[in-house]
Amino acid sequence: MNSNSLVSIDDISRDEILDLIERARFFEEHPDQKILDGKVVATLFFEPSTRTRLSFETAVNRLGGRVIGFSDASTTSSSKGETLKDTIKMVSNYVDLIIMRHYLEGAARYATEVTDVPVINAGDGANQHPSQTMLDLYSISKTQGKLNDLTITMVGDLKYGRTVHSLLMALRYFNPTFHFVACDELKMPKEYKDFCDANGLKYYEHTEFSQDVINASDILYMTRVQRERFTDIMEYEKVKNLYNLHASMLADAKPNLRVLHPLPRVNEIAQDVDDDPKAYYFEQARNGLYARQAIICKALGIDIYKEAKV
Amino acid sequence: MTTDKKELAVAALRRGTVIDHIPNDMLFKAVKILGIERMPNSVTIGNNLSSRRLGLKGIIKVADVEFPEDVINRIALIAPHAKINTIRDFEVVDKRQVKLPDEIVGIVRCGNPKCITNNEPMRTRFHVVDRDDVTIRCHYCGQTVKSGDAIID
Repeated sequence: MNSNSLVSIDDISRDEILDLIERARFFEEHPDQKILDGKVVATLFFEPSTRTRLSFETAVNRLGGRVIGFSDASTTSSSKGETLKDTIKMVSNYVDLIIMRHYLEGAARYATEVTDVPVINAGDGANQHPSQTMLDLYSISKTQGKLNDLTITMVGDLKYGRTVHSLLMALRYFNPTFHFVACDELKMPKEYKDFCDANGLKYYEHTEFSQDVINASDILYMTRVQRERFTDIMEYEKVKNLYNLHASMLADAKPNLRVLHPLPRVNEIAQDVDDDPKAYYFEQARNGLYARQAIICKALGIDIYKEAKV
Repeated sequence: MTTDKKELAVAALRRGTVIDHIPNDMLFKAVKILGIERMPNSVTIGNNLSSRRLGLKGIIKVADVEFPEDVINRIALIAPHAKINTIRDFEVVDKRQVKLPDEIVGIVRCGNPKCITNNEPMRTRFHVVDRDDVTIRCHYCGQTVKSGDAIID
């Protein structure tokens, strides 16, 4: 077990979050740093995720490290029945850091228990995806100039969306006001509302994606409503267009409002929003690169302020 | 010696352990958790006995065994008010309540089919997150379950 591993956003403190944001900012200003020279990083993607893998691999490459790995478990021994433990132990012999995505929940936590190499969780089923949360926090901090006292509206699939759950939990340190906008079938689960209550976080639930809610928001965090989440297809047909955002809906929004989305989006954000200065989802994805550079250096115990050349 | 016919006709233990105050619907889970099914010792099991405290209760008597504390505490998961009586020479020499540990390793299976613990040859691990209604959370996937609903392996 390596204590520099990052499995869940809950594992890191408020100060560590703020420190990672500072380091992400540093990498945004100085993205190309050869501080991983001689290091080998494994990207083990037992479940395909092109976006996340490319972002992590770009981060390693920009830091001068080398990458080995696979992007699909069907080409590995796990398809022959090898246990996760054996795969991790084998790869640990070769590399300085493991970045892994797995379709099973808890896989990354278990991986940390069978190796001394640091592990970064790049998503384990519906459970955790801490680098996504870090890039969301970095994007919020960068666009708002702060993380404290913001009004954050989460829209769409609040039941299964792991990004909104992790973001909600990470924001507990920063006195947010939440608006949860979702249909009954996809509303925020009770355990997260209990979490808000236990941490004294204000939240309001809405089934209507109203102008009032948009106009009150600093951040509009959109998510995709997926057809396969519905037990009743009629219900999906009824709600599928209720939580879509169009440029006209942003006309009276606060000037500092930014629209975030973990991507991929389908039609929950209309194409006409892309040209609005409030659209931020593509920059958000780029911020993922800097956030991941910061996370990788932290996992390897590298003091970037000492090692980097600026 | 006169025997009151309303009393249970169960021989007193010379030596062993009596586990009392098990909720009646948890008795067989307790038997399973303690591995009593596989013991060669004399075992007496009673269930649906009247109890002032629980309404109906279960009781287990196992001859010639004193369970280690960490073993016996495993049943706190499903019988938080169970009482353990240690018997030597027909006398109760020790009477104590089970204590719920902070962490439960093995015993419980995670109810989430997509949890790594249901897909790898490994032991489960749960943290007790609420002692009042005995809710436990999977160390790996984070799913919580009330212990009464937990799947015992």
